[in-house]
Amino acid sequence: MGHFNIPGLFLFDPLSLFFLSVIALVSAPSAVYSIGYLKGESSKRKIGLARLLLAIFLASMALVVSVKNVFIFLVAWEIMSLVSYFLVVFDTTHEKSIRAGMIYIVMTHIGTAFLVAAFALMYKYAHSFDFTAIKSASLTMPAQIRNAIFLLLLVGFGTKAGIVPLHIWLPYAHPQAPSHISSIMSGVMIKTAIYGMIRFILFILGVDSCWWGVLVLTIALTSCLVGIIYALMDKDLKRLLAYSSIENIGVILLGVGLSMFFASIKMPYLAVFSLIAGLYHLINHAIFKGLLFLCAGSVYKATGTRDIEKLGGLIKNMPQTSACFLLGAMAISALPPLNGFVSEWLTLQAFFLGASAVTGPARLFLGISAGLLALTGGLAAACFVKAFGVTFLALPRSRFAENAKEVPLSMRAGMFFLAAMTVIFGLAASPIVRTLAKVAGSATGIDVGKMAFCVNNFMLSPQPGRGIYLSTPLLCLILAAFGLVGFAAYMLIGRRKAVICKTWDCGYYKFGSRNEYTATAFSKPFRIAFSFFLLPYRKTQKIRESFYHIRSFEYETHTTKVFKKYIYEPAIALVFRSARSMKRIQPGSIHLYLSYIFVTMLLLIIFMHKF
Amino acid sequence: MKILIILLQTAFFIGTAPILSGLITKVKNNIRMRKGPSVLQPYYNLAKLFSKGEVVSDTASWIFRATPFMVISSSLAAAMLIPILVPSGSMYHMGDFLALIFILTLGRFFLALSGLDTGSSFGGMGSSREMFISSLAEPAACLVIFSLYLQFGATNISAFGGAGRLSVASLVAGIALFLVTIAETSRIPVDNQETHLELTMTHEAMVLEYSGRSLAMLEMASYIKQMIWFFLVAQIMFPVAMPASGDIAQLAFRTLWYFARILIIAAAVALVEISLAKMRLFRVADFLGFAFVLSIVATVCAILGV
Repeated sequence: MGHFNIPGLFLFDPLSLFFLSVIALVSAPSAVYSIGYLKGESSKRKIGLARLLLAIFLASMALVVSVKNVFIFLVAWEIMSLVSYFLVVFDTTHEKSIRAGMIYIVMTHIGTAFLVAAFALMYKYAHSFDFTAIKSASLTMPAQIRNAIFLLLLVGFGTKAGIVPLHIWLPYAHPQAPSHISSIMSGVMIKTAIYGMIRFILFILGVDSCWWGVLVLTIALTSCLVGIIYALMDKDLKRLLAYSSIENIGVILLGVGLSMFFASIKMPYLAVFSLIAGLYHLINHAIFKGLLFLCAGSVYKATGTRDIEKLGGLIKNMPQTSACFLLGAMAISALPPLNGFVSEWLTLQAFFLGASAVTGPARLFLGISAGLLALTGGLAAACFVKAFGVTFLALPRSRFAENAKEVPLSMRAGMFFLAAMTVIFGLAASPIVRTLAKVAGSATGIDVGKMAFCVNNFMLSPQPGRGIYLSTPLLCLILAAFGLVGFAAYMLIGRRKAVICKTWDCGYYKFGSRNEYTATAFSKPFRIAFSFFLLPYRKTQKIRESFYHIRSFEYETHTTKVFKKYIYEPAIALVFRSARSMKRIQPGSIHLYLSYIFVTMLLLIIFMHKF
Repeated sequence: MKILIILLQTAFFIGTAPILSGLITKVKNNIRMRKGPSVLQPYYNLAKLFSKGEVVSDTASWIFRATPFMVISSSLAAAMLIPILVPSGSMYHMGDFLALIFILTLGRFFLALSGLDTGSSFGGMGSSREMFISSLAEPAACLVIFSLYLQFGATNISAFGGAGRLSVASLVAGIALFLVTIAETSRIPVDNQETHLELTMTHEAMVLEYSGRSLAMLEMASYIKQMIWFFLVAQIMFPVAMPASGDIAQLAFRTLWYFARILIIAAAVALVEISLAKMRLFRVADFLGFAFVLSIVATVCAILGV
């Protein structure tokens, strides 16, 4: 990868090129998918508008990851946020969209405010908006300023990335957008925030305090666990995926945070290796989350609902969509030999390898973090067993699911492409790791020429000589071989007879979709085990005909959204309260207002004179 | 040559895996002062199931039919990572201990899906519980591997077998992994293989709709999985420095030693099964939480170097 820089404006280093390719990889199939998806959804003019917005959205994202000027970066960032806002509220007939858009635009601007503050601080020291100038100026910044910039950037980009507790907008906005947009938002847009963190924190500022990495790791672990626990509880297919994005952003940030940690304690190999793991998971998440959102969109298009409790049995009517969703679900559950497995393994290895480089409590911290990452992986598998099993398997739970038809070819084509990518990115692990090593090297400013991460094109081996290997092609071959041997044994040996019959229903002869396990039931053990965090409560209502006879009984179960209830609602209430108290100085008298202006002028003159 | 050894070992593994279940049943029955079925009963069961016809639900899709092959191939692929007789005689180039956990998850994922596929509440209940238990077992397993990694510097399964002496960290890690093993192999007090009562069953509920050959394959896969877990615990708890020479006496000794220690683990499992009652599902979270705490202790011990 050469550096072909147009002076002054663009920067096409490996990091930018990597993010550009992530954008292309997910946007192209999503755009193809949108042809079929938008057809018949709204009027021709509105579809044209959707295409225009999509084009601007993609262009702004491409601009965000390729400019080398903070000012233009911010402009592109704003365009990206605004266009995605318009796309979230695209379906204006739903009140939910408006509300989701509102939450999104407020949160994203809070994030941008933090970024502006960080950039202003940078400008103060660099006297330039150029990345290179800021990079060289960052060496002379005092430590407190660097810490302040780091925290501002973390909050600013973290809001966009959807880290906990700034994730609040994500489960509203992502599901509400049209599905191809959800796919791009979840697959790519939130990754631009990761780009920002890598670019501004690792590349420009350079990490020198160890607590930066530890802070990022802690936030990442929290995001992982909170995201996946909420995803497990959810029964809206797209919101479930949105929550799972929070978890995956956490996994990506684990790689990035480890890289910061190792960069600060001067462990170049581990810094590069962890960043490779993070970037690998980033591109993998773009692929499988893009795929899953497209599949969810197909389900929505075919059935008109996203509530998985009303779905079921779609595997028979929509075999291709369900096969694609299955691949995506397997990849996101880190099942070998697909792509999610490779990046999850690499991330765990980064923790393990890192532990031998540090001593004492840091080892324990890394170990427990690895354990919690494994817990996240287990919960993700459970979550996607639920998502796939309840949506696609067994009997349809409603008329809509019963009458579902397979979606048109243009939509399937987009899904097929991404589904194939989950396999390819799993099998081609070594070449990809080699490529990512260059990206990680350029982002951290470390020479990776002498570092080895793989034995050959088929076998990964972190820190060669330790005897740790992973070969997904071999694994795939062996799995396939054993599967075939098993199949041959099944088919060929002796007589084979199979009878098709009804599922055993304990002899009631009324077997139907009401017998099936629901998503709520599936997640019940988790709801109880994590009740300290989810705070579940139930509402029951009995309608009685008489004292002895109850005509109907309603039962609802909910979980408390802790962050919304204990952080955001009090904060919003505070804003409204202070706004109301501010109203007192606005009584409507023109004389009073004139005096305000006069006092302000006076204060400004004094301020200018004094400082 | 090496490929031949690996294939032979895998065949050996498959051949001997069912006997463990027979042995555990035998030990349990003998303690209960009963005669019990022969130790070879699992083989008879497999032969019987394999020759029987099967019933497939009309609600089920291809997932239900494909699951036995997925499960058995994942179990076998995981078994290939196990060095049985010759220390380097495994496919260690394919993956390490961590990969083994992920490979077993592949089979479990499909088994859980097929539980949901037939539409029966039992199946769904089993899937839900299985995913619940396994996801809680995962952090403990991961941290056990971590503590072993700190001691032996690799996550390879053959790496932590030949230490020669048992460190405190290994002992605690072994106990933690033993608890995980009880959960993973559906043994009392986490699950009960002997009953089909809906209040208690987990693994059996998932495979309730399977019959005939498919069930035989699933049973075989769970025997193999059980052998893998027992082997891993034995490998940690009974490390022995093995000379790498290849003469026949050595090989015979190794084979004997390999069996002896796995039998000790199997006997321990049988004792646990006989002396405890099955827990409520939600107590399992505490049980596995305890395993997690033990694995943290193991890590601390490994950090301290004891």
